[in-house]
Amino acid sequence: MTFAYYPGCSLEASSEAYDISARAVCERLGIELQEIPDWNCCGATEASALGYLSGHALVARNLALVDKSLKDVVAPCASCFLNLKKTDKLMKEDRKIGGKLAEALEAGGLAYEPGSLRIRHLLEVVHRDIGHDRIQQAVVRPLTGLRIAPYYGCQVVRPVGDSGDADDPEQPQAMDELFSWLGATVVDYPVKAHCCGGHMTQISTEMSNELLRRLLYTADEHQADIIVCACPMCQLNLDAYQGKVNNAFNTAFDVPILFFSQLLGLALGIEADALGFGKEIIDSKDVLAAKLDQEETAETPSAPRRTRRVSRSLPMPKKD
Amino acid sequence: MAEKVGVYICHCGSNIGGVVDCPEVAKWARENLEDVVVSRDYKFMCSALGQDLIKDDIAKEGLTRVVVGACSPHLHEKTFRNASKAGGLNPYLMQMTNLREHVSWVTADKAAATGKSKSLISGAVHRVVHQEALAPMPVPVNDHTLVVGAGIAGIQAALEIADAGYHVYLLEREPSIGGHMAKFDKTFPTLDCSACILAPKMSDIDQHENIELLTYSELESLSGYVGNFKANIRKRPRMVVEPDCTGCGLCIEKCPKRVVDTEFEAGIGYRKAIYRPFPQAVPKIPVIDVENCTYFVRGKCKACEKFCPTGAVDFKQVEEVREVDVGNVILATGWKPFDARRVSQYGYGRMANVFTSLEFERMCNSAGPTDGKIVMRDGVTEPKSVAIVHCVGSRDENYNPYCSGVCCMAALKFGHLVLEKTDAEVTSFYIDLRTNQKGYEEFYARLLDEGMNFVRGKVAEITDAARYPGEEGKIILQAEDTLLGRQRRHPVDMVILMGALEPRDDSKELGIKVGVSCSMDGWFTERHPKLDPVATMTDGIFVAGSCQGPKDIPASVAQGAAAAARVVGMINRKSVMVEPVVASINDEKCSGCRICNTLCPYGAITFDVQKSLSGIETALCKGCGTCVSGCPANAISGAHFSNAQIEAELDGILFEIQQGAATGEGAPLAEKGGRHE
Repeated sequence: MTFAYYPGCSLEASSEAYDISARAVCERLGIELQEIPDWNCCGATEASALGYLSGHALVARNLALVDKSLKDVVAPCASCFLNLKKTDKLMKEDRKIGGKLAEALEAGGLAYEPGSLRIRHLLEVVHRDIGHDRIQQAVVRPLTGLRIAPYYGCQVVRPVGDSGDADDPEQPQAMDELFSWLGATVVDYPVKAHCCGGHMTQISTEMSNELLRRLLYTADEHQADIIVCACPMCQLNLDAYQGKVNNAFNTAFDVPILFFSQLLGLALGIEADALGFGKEIIDSKDVLAAKLDQEETAETPSAPRRTRRVSRSLPMPKKD
Repeated sequence: MAEKVGVYICHCGSNIGGVVDCPEVAKWARENLEDVVVSRDYKFMCSALGQDLIKDDIAKEGLTRVVVGACSPHLHEKTFRNASKAGGLNPYLMQMTNLREHVSWVTADKAAATGKSKSLISGAVHRVVHQEALAPMPVPVNDHTLVVGAGIAGIQAALEIADAGYHVYLLEREPSIGGHMAKFDKTFPTLDCSACILAPKMSDIDQHENIELLTYSELESLSGYVGNFKANIRKRPRMVVEPDCTGCGLCIEKCPKRVVDTEFEAGIGYRKAIYRPFPQAVPKIPVIDVENCTYFVRGKCKACEKFCPTGAVDFKQVEEVREVDVGNVILATGWKPFDARRVSQYGYGRMANVFTSLEFERMCNSAGPTDGKIVMRDGVTEPKSVAIVHCVGSRDENYNPYCSGVCCMAALKFGHLVLEKTDAEVTSFYIDLRTNQKGYEEFYARLLDEGMNFVRGKVAEITDAARYPGEEGKIILQAEDTLLGRQRRHPVDMVILMGALEPRDDSKELGIKVGVSCSMDGWFTERHPKLDPVATMTDGIFVAGSCQGPKDIPASVAQGAAAAARVVGMINRKSVMVEPVVASINDEKCSGCRICNTLCPYGAITFDVQKSLSGIETALCKGCGTCVSGCPANAISGAHFSNAQIEAELDGILFEIQQGAATGEGAPLAEKGGRHE
C-alpha cells in the first residue's frame, strides 16, 4: 500500500508532532508514504483569496509532481487536503480554468490529468483502508480508561458528496469508531464538527476566543481527558490559545490537545518519544500516565454512571 | 383516386402562435404539399368552433384525411378523432402532430420553429394518406375490482365500489387495515378522534358482503388489460389459521416475547411476538412475527399454541399465491415517513428527547405507549418546553424538494395537544406556514390565541452542547429568526421533527408491475395533473391517496371516492373499447422462429405448434411495436404504425427540409444543424 505523501507546511513547523506520528503510524500499519518531491505550500486560505488562478496553480503543481504510478495522495493537514480536492475538482469541472491551469503547469514542464488521483485524508485512510480488523490486531496497548473527545473541525469532513460514502459532515464517525477500536472511551462530543475559529485568532480575538470556549466547555462538560484533532489549525488554536480563553472568560480549562495519530501510535505500541509527545503546549504526560496506567484496576470511575432504565421509559430509535 | 387532406394549424392562443408563424405554415402546406385541399390556421382548434372547421370541411370539401398540428396527442388526439368521426370520417384517418411541446415550448427561435412546424406537418400529411380506417374493439369489463392498499384512501374506494354493488378485493400488506390514519390521535383542523371516525369504516369493510379482505398480502404480478386483469397475490403466512381464530387474544397475553414495535407504534412502544397491531385491528386475527418469535428463533416455546382455545396456531403455515380476475385496479399504497436520522444535525437517534412526528402521534394517542401522556423519553417526566421543527426532509434540496403539505397543520395540531395536555411552552420553527384548506387558516389563528409561539427560520442545528448558563441539560435549537434578523438559541426539553412524507420504497417496482410511471420524486403519475387526477396512462389502473403525492385525510378520501366513481362507471358500461392499434402476423411470411414470442412484454404472442406459426392475441396486444421491429422475416406489421406509414412520414419531414434548402427559407436551421445533427 503506497501513497503519495503531502505533509504541507504546518507539519514542518507548529505541527511537527503530527508529521512524526503520521509517519510512524503509517510505517507500523504497513502504509508506505512517498513524499511528493519538491512540494510547495498549498496556499492555505490566503493564496486563492489573493489570486484565484495563481492560488490554484500553486496547488496544481503539487498534484502534478506526484509520481504518476501512484493512485492516491494522502494529506494529514485538513486545509491541504481540502485545497488539493478543490483544485482537482475545479480542473475537472471548469474547462476554462482547468485549461489555464494546465497551461501554467505546462510552462513549468508539468502536467496533471484532473481526477487521476484520489485525494485522501490520513484519518480516512486509517479508518477505511486499514479498517477495524487490522487496527484491532495491531493494538498492543489499548487506551482503556482514557476519555477522548473526537474533534474533526470543518475541513476534514467537508466538502462531501463526491465519493458517495463520505463521512457525515454534521456528525462524522471515523474518529469515534477508530478510538473505540483502540479501547478508549469516546465521548459523544456534539460540537465535533464545529469551527475552531481558524485564522480568526489573528483577526478577532473576541470571536475566536468564544468559538474556542465553546469547544473546551463542551469537552469539559463531557469530562473528556483529551481532545483529539485531525487538523493542525484546530490543534494549534485549542492548544496555544487555551490560556487566553481562560483569561478572557475566567475559566480553568486544562485539557491537552493531541493529534489522533499520536494516540493511535501509542496504542500500536510505538514509544511516546517517537510520536512527538511533549511538543504540545498543554502537557499530556500527567493525564496519560494517570489514566492509562489504571488499566489493571478495571474500574473506570470517570465514566458517567448509567442510570438504570426506568421500566416506563420509551425505547430509543433503532440504529439501522 | 387521390386523397383529399385538410390541414389545421392551431395557435393555442400564444402558446404556439407566439413562436410559430401559423398562417405561414398553413399557407406553405396548401401550396407545397400534394393532396392538401384545405389548409387553415385557427386560434384554438380544440374549441367547438375549431372542431366545427374540421366537420364542415369534411362535408363541403369531401376531405378524406385530416391533419392537425396542435398540442400533444396526449391532450387532444381524442378530441380531433371525435371531430373527424362527427364529420363522418373514420377517426383513425386523422393524424395529429405536436407543434407545442415539440416546437414552440422548446425554442424562442421563430424562424427555426416555423421551419420545424412545416417539417412535422409535411411528415403528417405524407403519413396520413397511408393510414387505414380502423375500428376499436369492444371488450367486456370484469365487474370485480382490486384495491391495493387499505389506508383511508383505499378503504374509501373499496366501500364506494362495494356499496354500488360490485365485488372488491381489498389488498393490504400489513396485518390490519387502517394505514397511517389508524395511528393518529386527533385529526386537524376539527380535532375529531381519528380512531372514532376511522373504526366504523374499518368495521364496514370487515362486514361488507361485497368486500373480500386480503391482509398480510402483496401484489405479486398483474397481467392482462383494461377490463380483464389477472392479479397474482402473495399471502404471507400469519401462522394462525384464520377461520379457526376467534380473536380472543389469549395467545398475545401469554406470549413471553416483547418486541419494539417499529411499525404501528413508530418505535416508541412494544408489542408481543404474536400480535395484532392495535385493539381495533381488522381483521382481529393475530400474526406471528417469525423473526422475533422464540419458537422460530430457538425452536421452543409454543406458548401461543398451548394456550389457544381453538387450536388455531399453525407454525407450519406457508405462503400462498392466489390469482384473482379483476376489471380495474386502484392503487392506494400511501407514503412512508422520512428517516429523520438523515438530517444528522438534528440529532434524532442521538438525543433521547428528539422525537419524530409519528412517534409523537403515538405518544398523544390514548391507546398508545404512554396512554396519551406527553412525556420525555424517560417515560415519566412532562416537558416544560417543546419545540416543533417544520420541513424536516421537505422543501430541502438535500432531501426532497417538494412540500409535504400536511406537516404545517399536523404541527399546529401537536401545538394544541401540548398546550392542552401539559403546562409546557410550545414554539414552532417554520419556513412558511401553509394552511390553505377549508378551516385550516382558522385553526392557525386559534393556535395563535392559545399561545403557541412561532419563529420563522429554518433550524440550523439541534444540539445538547450547552454554550451559556441555563442551557445545561436542555436541547438547544439554533436558528436564524428571519423576522427579527438575528440568530436565536432556544433551549427546550423536547423537540418534535415534522418529517417529510416520502413515496414507498417499492413504489417504482409496483409501478413497473402494473404499468404506471412515477414522478422524479417517486409518486405515481396521474394521467393529467389537473383534469384527470385519478386515472393513469394505463387504462383500468387508477391511483388514490398519498401514493400520487402527499395528501391529508380529506384529500385522500376525495381521491379514493373519485377513483371508485371512475371504476363504477367503467363497470356500468359493461364493455370498453380498446385501441385497434395492434400488431398482426402475416402467416405466409412467418417462419415460426418464435423470436417474437419472447420479445412481447405482454405475453400476447402464442405459438401454434401444429402450424408452426406465431399468432397474436389481439386483446392482450398493446401495440408497442417491439415484435414488429424484432421480426427477422418482416412478417409482423403494426396497425397504424406500418412500415409504409413510418417511411412516408420520414419522407415528408425530409421533403420540407429539401424544399427549405432549395428556397433558402430552411437554411438558417440547416446551418445550425438543428435538424440534421
